[in-house]
Amino acid sequence: MSTSAPAADGPLTDEGLVQLLTPAGERVAHPTYDAWAEDLDGDRLRAMYRDMVLTRRFDLEATSLQRQGELGLWAQSLGQEAAAVGSGHALRPQDHVFPSYREHGVAHVRGLEMTDLLRLFRGVDHGGWDPAEHGFHLFTLVIGSHTLHATGYAMGVQRDGLVGTGDPTRDTAVVTYFGDGATAQGDVSEALVFASVNQAPVVLFCQNNQFAISEPTTRQARVPIADRAPGFGIPSVRVDGNDVVASCAVTRQALERARSGGGPTFIEAFTYRMGAHTTSDDPTRYRTSEQEEHWRRRDPIERLRVHLERTGELPEVFQAQLAAESDAFGEHIRTTVRAMGHPSPHTMFDHVYATPNAVVDAERAWFTQYEQSFVDHDGRQAAGGHR
Amino acid sequence: MTVTSDRARLTEPPPAPAPAPFPTGTQRLPMAKALNLGLRRALANDPRTLLMGEDIGRLGGVFRVTDGLFAEFGDDRVVDTPLAESGIVGTAIGLALRGYRPVCEIQFDGFVFPAFDQITTQLSRMHYRSQGRLRLPVVIRIPYGGGIGAIEHHSESPEALFAHTPGLRVVSPSNASDAFTMIQQAIASPDPVIFLEPKGRYWEKGDVDLDAPLLAPHGSPSDLDHARVVRAGTDVTIVAYGPTVATALKVAEAAAAEGTSIEVVDLRTISPLDTATVAASVRRTGRCIVTHEAPVLYGSGAEVAARITEECFYHLQAPVLRVGGFHTPYPVAKIEHDYLPGLDRLLDAVDRALAF
Repeated sequence: MSTSAPAADGPLTDEGLVQLLTPAGERVAHPTYDAWAEDLDGDRLRAMYRDMVLTRRFDLEATSLQRQGELGLWAQSLGQEAAAVGSGHALRPQDHVFPSYREHGVAHVRGLEMTDLLRLFRGVDHGGWDPAEHGFHLFTLVIGSHTLHATGYAMGVQRDGLVGTGDPTRDTAVVTYFGDGATAQGDVSEALVFASVNQAPVVLFCQNNQFAISEPTTRQARVPIADRAPGFGIPSVRVDGNDVVASCAVTRQALERARSGGGPTFIEAFTYRMGAHTTSDDPTRYRTSEQEEHWRRRDPIERLRVHLERTGELPEVFQAQLAAESDAFGEHIRTTVRAMGHPSPHTMFDHVYATPNAVVDAERAWFTQYEQSFVDHDGRQAAGGHR
Repeated sequence: MTVTSDRARLTEPPPAPAPAPFPTGTQRLPMAKALNLGLRRALANDPRTLLMGEDIGRLGGVFRVTDGLFAEFGDDRVVDTPLAESGIVGTAIGLALRGYRPVCEIQFDGFVFPAFDQITTQLSRMHYRSQGRLRLPVVIRIPYGGGIGAIEHHSESPEALFAHTPGLRVVSPSNASDAFTMIQQAIASPDPVIFLEPKGRYWEKGDVDLDAPLLAPHGSPSDLDHARVVRAGTDVTIVAYGPTVATALKVAEAAAAEGTSIEVVDLRTISPLDTATVAASVRRTGRCIVTHEAPVLYGSGAEVAARITEECFYHLQAPVLRVGGFHTPYPVAKIEHDYLPGLDRLLDAVDRALAF
């Protein structure tokens, strides 16, 4: 049995993908999804372009910071900006996102202070931001676990009576992002079951970037991943994930279905992880440079740039401003990360429980006393202390 | 004209009787009924409390602990879930993030393991991971323990696995009165609670004061944190919890007839461990036996023994002894009483402790 199926087969087929913008940057008509993209004028598309450019800048800066030893690890989103930014633009303020750790574009669109995302990778925080502030949950590093949290959260939204009221400022949807690898996890199947039988207002957004570290999607599935959802009673759609317009349109439709009480939708965004899984990975061991080159020619940012240029919607002054903004953003990221303080060891005892806990309190007290034992009578850290 | 199809007639259950008014005063109730009333009161007091689990709706749970609650509170609050434990706990986490207080029923101890990942990697850590921003007031009710002649995976005692996980509270009532109050305190807890119900004691009756003032305010130390001396004695302390407390009390009766005075401590909470109450008892008696149904190897009794040895070393007249399950899978029902810590094995341990 071959371990590398031809790219056009099974779960890696590009048949049936919703596409509104061709790789050459040409806007093409679609009978269903034009209606969900008709208001995406020059201003909106430029806003998406800006978000993709800044997301990529953030990603490249983070990669550099990891190489410089400033971050312990980094998970790149290189090449996946369109699916993230496009779907992010479909969200309303009251919607809630349960992301995977590669949805930097969604975080950016939700208005997070992006350097907060780097706290986890620098090793100073397990979280780093307030999920309530931007409707953007913390990362869940156990793959697929958060799809159940999203589904439960959506069940809560139902109980809050915030589905199908007809008020666009109140009706609420939940979206959860996960990769092709995650779809093999039992929790994702259970999330599909719970979402379906409860008709929960949740959109399950699968970023099929074709790799779970080294394993191609053919190791997770025999058929297109989106084909699974109808078996659970959930409608699904495959979208060209490198097409920001189509990604926005299909997500808008799915979110609206959820908000209006129509239940869950499964979206498979077919894209390509142009970078490594993380900075610890080496993709040259499992894929070819020809394949990478093929996808580099389908770069999602370049696609929109060509489209905007062709339609006369990318004035030079905008490009110059964006370049300057991007440089300033890069500087901000570098400066902020390098200034992140070293956490006090005592903080490891904080927030284990919401209520006082005798065991944790006793261990904290012991640790404090132990630390004090290294301090001499003049208050200095004694020689031979543990650090 | 409304037409009821044959299919609807066949599947429509009979109408439920109107709920009886909430009883008052002190009543003699089996633990299962005390739990039922505790859940009922929690549901009535807080519209954001909801129950989730397999068969807990119309059936009332396989042990009938949720009997009548579906009829009284409806299917939005007493939720028959898909048969998927990870899904139950995972969606409960999501509901808690949205401000609800889910109480999950795991049908039997041995079926908690599909949810083990969600409990240990997600439920227990969300508060820590979020720097205290996110609270998950989720209760996982697990009927546990053996002695009921069940088939495999229906008699397990997994408490040490959860007590070993920071961020979880692990408690187990031993009697109807505690069951009534502790389930309500667990639901009020801002931290996740593994609530272990000794299923072998579900039908044992005790006096329950249904009007007792209940809950310490959120965030303050509550009764849920404390062990209790349930029988005073002078010669040996037996530390027990859940199903073994009643056994320990029988041992104390039997030993008293032979002139040995046994103090029984009902641990009530396994995490956090109330070492102070146990240590105070052992300083009085000088001897300590810990008993539980779970295997003694790496069990919660090992933790009690270590801490008592550290804190009461000069008071001990004998090593702390453990009486519990063996390092075997839970055995078949016909021999389970040879595995479980019963009267004879505990009396043997008392003799050994006194022989030092």
